[in-house]
Amino acid sequence: MGHDLRVRIKTLVMILAMVVCANVGDLMLKRGMSQIGAVQLSSAGLQHAFRLTVTNGTIWIGILFLIGFTISYMTVMSWADYSYVMPAGAFGYALLTLLAVLFLHETVSPRRWIGVVLICIGVSLVSQTKPRTTEAARQVAA
Amino acid sequence: MIRSLLVFLLFLLTSTGGEIAITYGMKATGEPERLRLRQLLTFLGRAVRNTWFWVGIPQLALSFYLLLLLLSWEPISLVIPASALNPYVFGTLAAKYVLGEQISPQRWAGVTLVCAGVALVALS
Repeated sequence: MGHDLRVRIKTLVMILAMVVCANVGDLMLKRGMSQIGAVQLSSAGLQHAFRLTVTNGTIWIGILFLIGFTISYMTVMSWADYSYVMPAGAFGYALLTLLAVLFLHETVSPRRWIGVVLICIGVSLVSQTKPRTTEAARQVAA
Repeated sequence: MIRSLLVFLLFLLTSTGGEIAITYGMKATGEPERLRLRQLLTFLGRAVRNTWFWVGIPQLALSFYLLLLLLSWEPISLVIPASALNPYVFGTLAAKYVLGEQISPQRWAGVTLVCAGVALVALS
């Protein structure tokens, strides 16, 4: 009981870190890419876009957050199920919807709000299941 | 539109493949003893010496670049939810058949609701 609870809390905290880093990172990338404008699919267009991308500060902030996401993702995957972490991480859509409303001033339709509610119910169902269903003994030698 | 769709399909393939490979590698690495900086660095060091990690990374790198392309063409509120369907559709099946995870009825129910929710968000 004590151990199970600890694993569950540890897993949920790491998922929260993943979701925050991923959403802030994506938001920054979107802002950066909007500053750059639509990318043309030609050799010159791609080169031009690449130069603009690597010199854009907002993009780099986004990349830093995505590195934070990668580290928390790798860590949580070392003990928890993929099929637990991925759906549980979907509560990020509730967060993304809020961020899109607050910072990008996007309008949110009733349909999208229903989607957000379904996601929240689904996430709560998944989060009540066991975070790890594979045995530690099944591990392949590293 | 067709251009976006093709890039999107390639994004699905590479991101699911990459994530499953990395998950496999991380399970093989084993979890860090404690969530402290020192142990985390040791853990990351062990993880990057795992072959499966390097099977996943190029796929994720490609999927990241494809996502950047998509983000420059379409609104974030469409791209991000749509790109997220893959962990639920392909990812859960791959987790069951490739990684051997047990998906209980409650987990399937949750995944299905999340999937429906993400689809609604993507369509709005």
